Amino acid sequence: MNHTATMGVRLSRIGFWQAAFGLLLLAMGAVTVVRFTRGLGATTNLSDAFPWGLWIGFDVLCGVGLAAGAFTLTAVVHLFNLRRFEPIVRPTVLTAFLGYLLVIAGLLFDLGQPWRIWHALIFWNPRSVMFEVAWCVMLYTTVLALEFAPVVFERFRLERPRRVLRAVTTPLVIVGVILSTLHQSSLGSLYLIVPLKLHPLWYTPLLPFLFFISAVGAGIGMVILESYLSQRAFGRHLEMELLEPLARVMVVVLGVYGLLRIRVLLENGGIAELRHPGYEAWMFVLEMGLGVILPVLLLAFDRVRTSQRGLVAGAFLAVLGFVMNRLNVSVTGMEAAAGVRYVPSWMEILVSLGLVGLGFAAFALAARYLPIFPAMRAAPRARGEGLLGPFED
Amino acid sequence: MSVGLLFDTTRCIGCGACSAACKEQNRLPLPIEPTLTASTWTVVRERQGVNVRSLCMHCLEPTCVSVCPVGALIKTAGGPVTYDAAKCIGCRYCIMACPFGVPKYQWDRAIPIVGKCILCRERVDAGMPTACASACPTGATLFGERDALVREARSRIQSGPALYVNHLFGLEEVGGTSVLMLSSVPFEGLGFKNPLPKHPLPMLTWQVLSKIPDLVLMAGVLLYGIHWITARREYVRAVAVRGDSRGPAAAFAGWLRSLWCRLYRRVVRP
Repeated sequence: MNHTATMGVRLSRIGFWQAAFGLLLLAMGAVTVVRFTRGLGATTNLSDAFPWGLWIGFDVLCGVGLAAGAFTLTAVVHLFNLRRFEPIVRPTVLTAFLGYLLVIAGLLFDLGQPWRIWHALIFWNPRSVMFEVAWCVMLYTTVLALEFAPVVFERFRLERPRRVLRAVTTPLVIVGVILSTLHQSSLGSLYLIVPLKLHPLWYTPLLPFLFFISAVGAGIGMVILESYLSQRAFGRHLEMELLEPLARVMVVVLGVYGLLRIRVLLENGGIAELRHPGYEAWMFVLEMGLGVILPVLLLAFDRVRTSQRGLVAGAFLAVLGFVMNRLNVSVTGMEAAAGVRYVPSWMEILVSLGLVGLGFAAFALAARYLPIFPAMRAAPRARGEGLLGPFED
Repeated sequence: MSVGLLFDTTRCIGCGACSAACKEQNRLPLPIEPTLTASTWTVVRERQGVNVRSLCMHCLEPTCVSVCPVGALIKTAGGPVTYDAAKCIGCRYCIMACPFGVPKYQWDRAIPIVGKCILCRERVDAGMPTACASACPTGATLFGERDALVREARSRIQSGPALYVNHLFGLEEVGGTSVLMLSSVPFEGLGFKNPLPKHPLPMLTWQVLSKIPDLVLMAGVLLYGIHWITARREYVRAVAVRGDSRGPAAAFAGWLRSLWCRLYRRVVRP
């Protein structure tokens, strides 16, 4: 991983990655045309038996989850008043904002009639989890835009709007935390309605809580990974003194999550599955072993956590485990009941890759032209300056 | 006052008249496909030596109705679960969630909608039986009020216990369905998940959704409380450094005043 990232930066100078990215975007454009002229059937491997695939499982479920670092960090800094974490708030909020924009982009591909996405505004069904999801996406994207806006205002020296946003920092952060809590858990609630279809290794009434807590863990993992990638790309130093304590929190969160998963396993008889492991059981073992137990064990050691390589590896495993979990819930766990194997089509994969690529590109652009990182701020100030301006007492 | 259908495998000869009548009534394009699709809303299939119909079961508390984010699917008072294509955004949650696998999608269309049996709502509203029931030459599909159909089914089982498995499918499954079925072979052999839970599935998500207002209020108060405590602690520390000491009431009044001043300075008249 170390090696590839270095290579990425080096090659970017000779334009290889730009060329690859351009090609990817062109191909994605072509797929977009196919998607909207020929329909979902011609583009995806979805069917009546398997109506939700990669775009829901990866783009939406993972995109939202990996944005969880923002609400965790804004709460830590602005509600728990741990000001020393301020330097990493801006990049984290940017990551989350881009993540949510990509979720919306993914939805525009996945929905049968995306031009009607606004229907949830006027046709209400509060009994539907999807209704809750739709509102959370809309509202939290707005909150993230407002949380990120001061960076743009600062860049263009728009003092008055900055001041307005500064005055509403606390309510904005609180609303953001509540919306995130609802949204992360509601993605788990989506699957509460399919007790007959989702494999018992993953189905549990605790799904909403498990989705929430694993998102917090993976969100912290993403903060570490994103800091690491920025460090490689922009030649910054890694804020070990901030990331190491965050990793400690992640160990606790993932530990609690792992214990709950094991408890669920004992409770609903999923453990019997593991005695004669089939396809699902192996995927479960892979997910839990590689993505939960291993990072918790690794990062529990001070020596691993305080070394840059160990910290990043642990965070990478946690994020990987999170992605595996969402794909297991949305794909692996649903296949047996559907009676079909779902493998995404190359066009589905291409769209997902293209969206991730767009996210990276947007982050790089923002990092270059906006005051995202402390050292690059337009006017460094003596006092600690938060995401939304200086905090006063 | 809610109508339904009673389907009896022992009377079905598999002629497919119901499928043909359904196509005609709902102006669906031919051909009649072998399984349910967005344009074939009912089929007759042979399973375990008996003929069995596939169609929407029109649950009393439908899962599809509860999951639809825009309320495109509605359980009408008269019995039918109807679909309003003009509202549908195409999230396909209904297809995901239906315990009977009934709603189907137009995967080949650029502007796709969902297709499923709507229990001939217009006919039913006008007091007529569904097209499939009218077309059935043997009375295997019987239209009527659900209560009456339940009584009829029970008497059939009672008078011919050798003919039927002792199970009126749809009486209790997922909270009951408007379409009821009698069979001479167990229902799991006919492609149904059996046993299905007796409780309506929407309950599973409502248990969580109904807690949202409480959660929002409690989390709001809790989070603001945390902020208040941490901010206050910082303030007290600052005051301690300055050597100022006030009672809690005066401190609170001071905090309110400073809050207002800040708001005034920054927003009202910066």
